[in-house]
Amino acid sequence: MARSIKKGPYVDANLMDKVTAIAEGKAKKGVVKTWSRRSTITPEFVGQTFAVHNGNKFIPVYVTEYMVGHKLGEFAPTRNFKGHGGGK
Amino acid sequence: MARIAGIDLPKNKRGEIALTYIYGIGRSTAQRILSEGGINWDKKAGEWNDDELAAIRNFINSEIKVEGALRSETQMNIKRLMDVACYRGLRHRKGLPLRGQRTRTNSRTRKGKRKTVAGKKKATKK
Repeated sequence: MARSIKKGPYVDANLMDKVTAIAEGKAKKGVVKTWSRRSTITPEFVGQTFAVHNGNKFIPVYVTEYMVGHKLGEFAPTRNFKGHGGGK
Repeated sequence: MARIAGIDLPKNKRGEIALTYIYGIGRSTAQRILSEGGINWDKKAGEWNDDELAAIRNFINSEIKVEGALRSETQMNIKRLMDVACYRGLRHRKGLPLRGQRTRTNSRTRKGKRKTVAGKKKATKK
């Protein structure tokens, strides 16, 4: 079931703080390292690069405007299937 | 014969059913179109007069996306998912189900006909 519109998009508070700080020029621009795969991408995130944790390492994700509304985790796959068998 | 949105409608079916031959129109949309034009749902498609046809065409042109336009919109949506490389886009690329279904068995609709992979030979018992 989809999330209630009344609540608005879910973004982890610490991540939002970091992004707003960068937007206001209080923090240096750069890659934001995050474990918060569950956070929704809001319009403020556009143009920012995030290093999203996939359980093993951080995947760099450059956010474009088409990504708004998706979650950060959707862009950092957790499984890496290399195919079955193929020689000994 | 009634021709709407580039599709020939079957003339001896009830209007409500005949309209569903157009891609993008199902039962409820067909009913909405007919009520909007003040046409009886039971009237056969072949019996519509020119005024009624015009009303139906008008409504479809102005309110509803059908056929080519609808197909291309769907394609664009899928393409967008693939371009942003999100999870659903990756699944589209691989031709696997998008919504977390199991793929160990089943999912034959997405995966297509079974392609058997030669298994490893079992060691024979001595």
